[in-house]
Amino acid sequence: MEASKVIHAIYTDDDVLMSAVKRVKAEKHHIEEVYTPFPVHGLDKAMGLEPTRIAIASFIYGCIGLTVAIVMMNFIMIQDWPQNIGGKPSFSYLENMPAFVPIMFELTVFFAAHLMVITFYLRSRMWPFKKAENPDKRTTDDHFLMEIAIHGNEKELESLLKETGAVELNIVEKEAH
Amino acid sequence: MYTFSNKLKTVSIALMIIGALGVGYGFMTSHKSFEEVETILTEEASHHGGGHGEEAAHGTSHDAHAAEAAHGEGHADSAEEQVDEHTKHVEHVQHQIANRPWSAFYVAAFFFFMIALGVLAFYAIQFAAQAGWSPVLFRIMEAITAYVLPGALIVLAIAVASGTIGHYNIFIWMDPEEVAHDKLLQGKSGFLNMTGFIIRGLIFIAGWSLYRHFARKFSLAQDKADVNDNRNFKKSFRIAAGFLVFYIYTESMMSWDWIMSVDPHWFSTLFGWYVFASMFVSGITVIAMITMYLKSKDLLPFVNDSHLHDLAKFMFAISIFWTYLWFSQFMLIWYSNIPEEVTYFVTRFADYKLPFLGMVVMNFVFPLLVLMNSDYKRIPWFVVMAGIVILCGHYIDVFNMIMPATVGDRWFIGIPEISSIMFFAGLFIFIVFTALSKHPLLAKGNPFIKESEHFHY
Repeated sequence: MEASKVIHAIYTDDDVLMSAVKRVKAEKHHIEEVYTPFPVHGLDKAMGLEPTRIAIASFIYGCIGLTVAIVMMNFIMIQDWPQNIGGKPSFSYLENMPAFVPIMFELTVFFAAHLMVITFYLRSRMWPFKKAENPDKRTTDDHFLMEIAIHGNEKELESLLKETGAVELNIVEKEAH
Repeated sequence: MYTFSNKLKTVSIALMIIGALGVGYGFMTSHKSFEEVETILTEEASHHGGGHGEEAAHGTSHDAHAAEAAHGEGHADSAEEQVDEHTKHVEHVQHQIANRPWSAFYVAAFFFFMIALGVLAFYAIQFAAQAGWSPVLFRIMEAITAYVLPGALIVLAIAVASGTIGHYNIFIWMDPEEVAHDKLLQGKSGFLNMTGFIIRGLIFIAGWSLYRHFARKFSLAQDKADVNDNRNFKKSFRIAAGFLVFYIYTESMMSWDWIMSVDPHWFSTLFGWYVFASMFVSGITVIAMITMYLKSKDLLPFVNDSHLHDLAKFMFAISIFWTYLWFSQFMLIWYSNIPEEVTYFVTRFADYKLPFLGMVVMNFVFPLLVLMNSDYKRIPWFVVMAGIVILCGHYIDVFNMIMPATVGDRWFIGIPEISSIMFFAGLFIFIVFTALSKHPLLAKGNPFIKESEHFHY
């Protein structure tokens, strides 16, 4: 794809950033991305991002974990080799169930937690040796950066962003990816 | 200011009257003569098509009786022994039938008292933790805790009356004849004796109601104090911390005295915690339900759905905590299967299968699935529905703790049980809403009240 121009507006305060985001949204400009050094409470709502569905994914993973535990122990302890171990009733799964509950619980939590974390990594494209996508190193310390695509409206955007309290404006050629 | 609406007052008084009539009916019909019980048993035997084997299976709570019945079964060759055995069995059943209204009354009294005590503990925790979200709910909690003193006195009074006026209908260790031929009870009589029971009970009640009295007093005084004068709040903070220490000891001992001692041959170390979890979750549920009731009348403009969300989170989390303790107690005993401990669950499994397993569904599975979703925790009717199921579940929890020891397999949730619930529900509503109508619903002097009004999750 062809290279496109974006404008990087840099802020030094999260409150200023929040009002700037609201202002830019009100003016109907599309915000490509916001880089912040820490989570800014309410930023996702101001940007109009959709709520995450990772909790639903986690619930499903937990159900899978519970099923794995039940099927595994039913096969091993009840069907494959129902030994008498210390008088425990291995005639049916239900009769011996209390003994399996700790494993059922742990596997539910294990699946829910680990698969959710892996889902998070995949969805947010994070892995070792990944090239950092940081447009400005200062955004990891104490600066906030808002990125807006330019569609021939440079002057208008610049004056709007100046008004919102941006301390620095950079126009950058960006490889679309 | 809230005014106790006439409609609700009428409802509560009607509940008390109908409940009292039902309780009276329960007591009047439970005095069966030897012959009456005999006919009941023969009728039952013909229904089941069983003869003498039925009798042996009936031996339940009173271990001694059960052992004797089993013994008699083995050597029932002489007619004389058989007659003796028959008399004993009929007397045993006669006693169980007489116990039922007492136990039903006691279970309902304890259930409503434990709600108030659970709220008192929750209230103290909010102060000790300096929670910023809950001060808008303090007046509701204070009103609910108004029931602690009368509720606890009633529970203690029923317990004592069952051993003095009644015929040892709830606690068999109160029966000197029973103790005389029971080595285990003799060994425990240093703790389980009437004098000690009454003195301990009065100390518990005095401690709880003293805290309640002063917490309420400081909370009201804080309303009238200057803006920067937080002395009353600081006092509340200190007494809350002190009370929580007192509470955790006395709550534990109370659960041995008032509940565990109905099965005086059995003991469990985490029983106090288990009872605590039950009272805590029912208390929080009642806070949520009364809050929603008042909110629906537009009396709580400062309570928003984030407060409701937090209460529902507590209902959810403490329900799971309760299940954790219930299962820990059950699984440890089931796993090791030591005869002297496991009888507790054997009787519950044999005679109380539906309430015993049903309560796990109501107290765990249902709230787990209903209250897991964050959006649902903000919908009032959803939380009310979950709350009703949780409260019913915890009533059955108390039912399962008391009934197997007193009425054995002669249980049923019928007129004595439901009227007892109605009676105490009426009394509870009457006392709580009267206390609620005495002072403004916003504890405006609390230093965290602004934060609480703007609480948002």
